[in-house]
Amino acid sequence: MSDEVLRFEELTVDFTVGGTTQRAVDGVSFGVRAGEVLAVVGESGSGKSVTALAALGLLPSNARAGGRISFGGADVLEMSRAELTALRGRRIAMIFQDPSGALDPVFTIGAQLVEMIRTHQPSLSRGAARERAIELLRMVEIPENRLKYYPHQLSGGQCQRVMIAIALACDPELLIADEPTTALDVTVQQEVLDVLLAMRSKISGAIMIITHDMGVVADVADRVVVMRKGAVVETADVHELFDHPTQEYTQALLDAVPRGGPRESTSVDADVAALRIDDLVVEYRGRRGRTVQAVGHVDLLLNPGEVVGLVGESGSGKSTIGKAVLGLAPITSGEVHVAGQALTSSSASDLRKTRARIGVVFQNPAGSLNPRGTIGQSVGEPLAVHGGVRGAELRRRVEELLDSVELPGAWAGRYPHELSGGQRQRVSIARAISLDPGLLIADEPTSALDVSVQATVLELLRSLQDRLHFACLFISHDLAVVDQVCDRVAVMSQGRLVEQGDRESVLRAPQDPYTVRLLEAAPVPDPREQSRRRGLRLAG
Amino acid sequence: MTDAVLARTLDEDVIARRGVWVTVRRRVLFWLPLAVLAVLLLMAIVPQLFSSADPRACDISASARPSSPGHPFGQDLQGCDVYANVVHGARASLSVGLVCTLIALVIAVGVGTVAGYVGGWADSILARLTDVFLGFPFLLGAIVVLNSLGKRSVLSVSLVLAVFSWPTLARMVRTTVRATRDAEYVQAAKAMGFPTTRILSHYVLPNSIGPVLAVATLTVGGVIVAESTLTFLGLGLRAPSISWGLQLATAQSRFQQAPHTLIYPAIFLAATVLSLITLGDVLRDAVNPKGRS
Repeated sequence: MSDEVLRFEELTVDFTVGGTTQRAVDGVSFGVRAGEVLAVVGESGSGKSVTALAALGLLPSNARAGGRISFGGADVLEMSRAELTALRGRRIAMIFQDPSGALDPVFTIGAQLVEMIRTHQPSLSRGAARERAIELLRMVEIPENRLKYYPHQLSGGQCQRVMIAIALACDPELLIADEPTTALDVTVQQEVLDVLLAMRSKISGAIMIITHDMGVVADVADRVVVMRKGAVVETADVHELFDHPTQEYTQALLDAVPRGGPRESTSVDADVAALRIDDLVVEYRGRRGRTVQAVGHVDLLLNPGEVVGLVGESGSGKSTIGKAVLGLAPITSGEVHVAGQALTSSSASDLRKTRARIGVVFQNPAGSLNPRGTIGQSVGEPLAVHGGVRGAELRRRVEELLDSVELPGAWAGRYPHELSGGQRQRVSIARAISLDPGLLIADEPTSALDVSVQATVLELLRSLQDRLHFACLFISHDLAVVDQVCDRVAVMSQGRLVEQGDRESVLRAPQDPYTVRLLEAAPVPDPREQSRRRGLRLAG
Repeated sequence: MTDAVLARTLDEDVIARRGVWVTVRRRVLFWLPLAVLAVLLLMAIVPQLFSSADPRACDISASARPSSPGHPFGQDLQGCDVYANVVHGARASLSVGLVCTLIALVIAVGVGTVAGYVGGWADSILARLTDVFLGFPFLLGAIVVLNSLGKRSVLSVSLVLAVFSWPTLARMVRTTVRATRDAEYVQAAKAMGFPTTRILSHYVLPNSIGPVLAVATLTVGGVIVAESTLTFLGLGLRAPSISWGLQLATAQSRFQQAPHTLIYPAIFLAATVLSLITLGDVLRDAVNPKGRS
């Protein structure tokens, strides 16, 4: 078709890993039309990023590509190194996931913008390039005095907007954004997406956005390509896709997006709270003796068997509260009671006994298991250390635990790197419940996982909680996830609790303006709702 | 991506039969250096097995003569048999190299782990302490210490060399331990209330010691040569001691006239270091679960 800027035709990409060849992209064909926003959506391993990298000739050296990628009448796969260099940046620009990693930390953002402009337009004088840099910054809504700032002086969202400015410096025909907002908070994500969409009217080119988030797709896309295991599953207009998905996989993907629903509370009335936090203050000593208050005067109560969601954006202090309970953060003032036991006034041996009653699941399933130990050793270690269980009895208990998280007991001999992310998180959960804890602290347990995997892990957590009746402090940035699993919700902002209460009252009828903003910024998988919200934002 | 592929292709029966030994057993790069080291070790323990000639029976009239029947490696400046000297020198050189590295490693792991794991003021104090040792001129220090010791044995020379080689290793241990300390699995272990000794021995050290061991194997060679430097200054093992270092020290000034006196001991030194490095690499990969087949 003539109006297509970029077209993939039967693209295949093979990776050679340790002598075997793995097909990452298998016969992918789709086109990006001029002026449109095309979303490529899929889970990790679906080949969406590899496809995008192939369009820029940026595949790693162990990859071999076949098929055809036509851009402006030429085949990208056939291009020489010099032709590719001319193509990148000038005609196709790319934005990556991690904005602070993509900017050079030793130069000011102004210097980086000017460099980009002058590399591709050598005829421009330094002064003219500076003028253009200021204009670009204004376009992405960053004040021009920030030109002299270094990347570390800007927030993540600002860095990503600078990246967009750099990408747009040469007015490219195509902008590829690979998970541009995944590393950002929801309110910041909204700002970046707004800027990205505003760009659309100002530049002539098309935008190809790669994401795993159906909410983002609903928010920005005109057309959607759904990928799975290296192949295109479905290509459709955004409204059509969300209203009438023709493929089973698309339907499954949409269903896996967490949505709240009515649920029985599992809270048990008891005299002793599973966790009581009174007026907790956590301060860190920063540089030059300055103290930084991470958590300020927080009160929180968890009854036995109750799941409480602690929501907030990065830097809000939600994880610090979890760490303070676990003894990984200093308690400056206030008191934390776990099952009636005060943490600050306990002896070391009492403290150890209390710790054994707390299970913990961390965010990064790859990082929270000892890479040198088998998963059997990891799961059994709390039993061995705190319970003194040994030998055959230990092996039996480990098998039971693995069984309870729906992993084969024979897997005890595997190492963490031989498991997928979701499986590793199941191992973490098995380890957390090994001592039958009264309290489970789950710090962003699913945010590193794909949506479909996230759905199964959440379900597992729920069913275990129903069976074992532990209280759970569920720390998350994702309101939809919290909506799905929690009985009560507490919202944090800048180290303070701004609102807490029943799930229904906080999430359906929020009182605090911050909660309202948070709820509105979280994209929902419904294109009509998203465009309505955007209209309201732009009007207001 | 690679991890996911691995996870899928793993058979259950493969899991049952794998471990350090199974991985290492089939590798030539494990057996070859092991054989070389075994021969060298045997040489150090019973040199008579390899050479019946007396290394101290010298014929001054045959000074610096190249290889001839009865003297496969030739003769050195004093007319002593080079082969016999190389064989009899293995004991002193290997002991100095291994003992010194071992002492340095023990000090380094101790100091580095405390500095890296505890951090704060302990880190500052220990960092300054290592700086003092690093800043002290090696030769000056060795001269002072060895002169005041009087009697020089393999142990005293090793100790002096260790005193000056542990700070570099300790700095490395500190850096790797620091990086591991903040890893999530260590945080997880702390959160589960495991005792500190267990966290150190099961979590921190196994995950941080790899690069340090690699550098330590290199240190062995460096120490053997350093011993020769001391000897050259009249401070190391004294003649009538025999060591590769001594041979290298005396041979280096006459390299042009009698290259064989330098080359043969150097080959033995190189073989030792190379075997240690290769063996260290193979073992490091085998001990790491990700490196196993």
